[in-house]
Amino acid sequence: MVYGVLRFINFAHGDVFMLGAFSGVYLNKWLGPALAGLPWGVSLLIILVLSMAICAALGIVIEFLAYRPLRSRPRLNVLITAIGVSLLIEYSGQLIFGATQQPFPQLIPAENLTFTGGLAVTKTQVIVLVTVVALLIGLRFVVMKSRLGLAMRALSLNPTASALMGVNNSVVISFTFGLGSALAAAGGILYASLYPSVEPFMGILPGLKAFIAAVLGGIGNIPGAALGALIIGITETLVGGYSQAVGLPSGYKEGVAFVILILMLLFKPSGLLGKIEREKV
Amino acid sequence: MLELSDVTVAYGSIAALHGISLRVPEGKIVTLIGANGAGKSTTLRTISGLVKTRGGSIRYDGADITNRAPHAIVGRGLCHVPEGRMVFANLTVQENLRMGAYLQRDKAWISSQTEYVFNMFPRLREREKQAAGTLSGGEQQMLAIGRALLGRPKFLMLDEPSLGIAPLLVKAIFEKIVEINRDQGLTILLVEQNANLALDVSSYGYVLETGKVLLEGPSAELKANPEVQAAYLGA
Repeated sequence: MVYGVLRFINFAHGDVFMLGAFSGVYLNKWLGPALAGLPWGVSLLIILVLSMAICAALGIVIEFLAYRPLRSRPRLNVLITAIGVSLLIEYSGQLIFGATQQPFPQLIPAENLTFTGGLAVTKTQVIVLVTVVALLIGLRFVVMKSRLGLAMRALSLNPTASALMGVNNSVVISFTFGLGSALAAAGGILYASLYPSVEPFMGILPGLKAFIAAVLGGIGNIPGAALGALIIGITETLVGGYSQAVGLPSGYKEGVAFVILILMLLFKPSGLLGKIEREKV
Repeated sequence: MLELSDVTVAYGSIAALHGISLRVPEGKIVTLIGANGAGKSTTLRTISGLVKTRGGSIRYDGADITNRAPHAIVGRGLCHVPEGRMVFANLTVQENLRMGAYLQRDKAWISSQTEYVFNMFPRLREREKQAAGTLSGGEQQMLAIGRALLGRPKFLMLDEPSLGIAPLLVKAIFEKIVEINRDQGLTILLVEQNANLALDVSSYGYVLETGKVLLEGPSAELKANPEVQAAYLGA
């Protein structure tokens, strides 16, 4: 989404994801006594929303300090800055949170649900899936139906024209960053609920994979990104499962997403659901 | 209504406008004509705040708007239909029109104005749900004008509305421009390479050359001027 509006990869996106997970850890620690009496669903929601708010604010600050001053510069400068911001957050994280892995609190009670046919899933998996779907629907609604969402799409197509319609482009860009960062935070918390350990470099790989999912689905296309992520996830799991059968270590599955990226860029750079941008002149 | 005094603009170290002064009285159609690169588009882009000035001042509707942000200028009812139309290609016709009304809060006004635009350009109504990028050049121009009309303009700037459009449609679009000026009492500043057409619909004209005002006068006089005829009217 941020790519769609600003035309550069926000490398720091995965790090905001990490900060989201850490906000979850600390919020749970600090608010623990206050949340103790509440049902787990409510405390989960409170922690989720607060982390999203914290990271939205952080995202807006990052954009304001690091990217805004470079807006009229060549895109490469911004790209390099994004890598710098990413490293800055990672190593500051190491300084502040420590380099060792920390356990992520159990926000969702452990419970196995078994369905007919022998399908067994944990409650965490169900809650994560439901939350993700709800967030995606919410995002799609904001982008497609709201006034700001329309402005976001217009800005991504032609910033000059959107300014001539009376859009304050800076405000819309801040909003986009805030929204993207809030979603990254939610991603961090949900991810850490499934794989309950957090460390300052945890965002790198999910950040890259998220970008690949977006490319696979077609940049700037929300259902496309969700589809891309689903395809990468399933392929990874299948490769992980079958690679052992043919004698390969399952670690190869981490490479799957990148192979998909290379193939996609070679054969269909616009993505599965992406539109080729063209304009009649 | 609009007054430029000695406006200077440069892109980097290259000067684009060397002190332009012009006036557009309320309710009139005024035109800027001139060759490619004379600074016509730059003049419009400077008025709407897309390009910053190096010197001089721009007054509009009694206020100084020099170097204000584009969105603030649009908010004062000064709307700009840019060169190359710049419709939002992946948005539908309807969404493009909604973008035009971005700063408008009055729902009733928006729907009656949308109706006015649709009646003026029935083609747009037929293609309401279509992506703007799939429209023909002429239809995109209609959309760009319609979109600007939804910004509740008091003052409209049109940049090369005839560019890349079939001659028959050009005539139709110019008739609409005169109609808008008459019906909605809109002041219009028109930039046009087709000087014949521009001088026919306007009451006053400025001839620009390399970033300077070369000549100015009532359109009929300019049209009769042998110098203008030789250089711009192909006579």
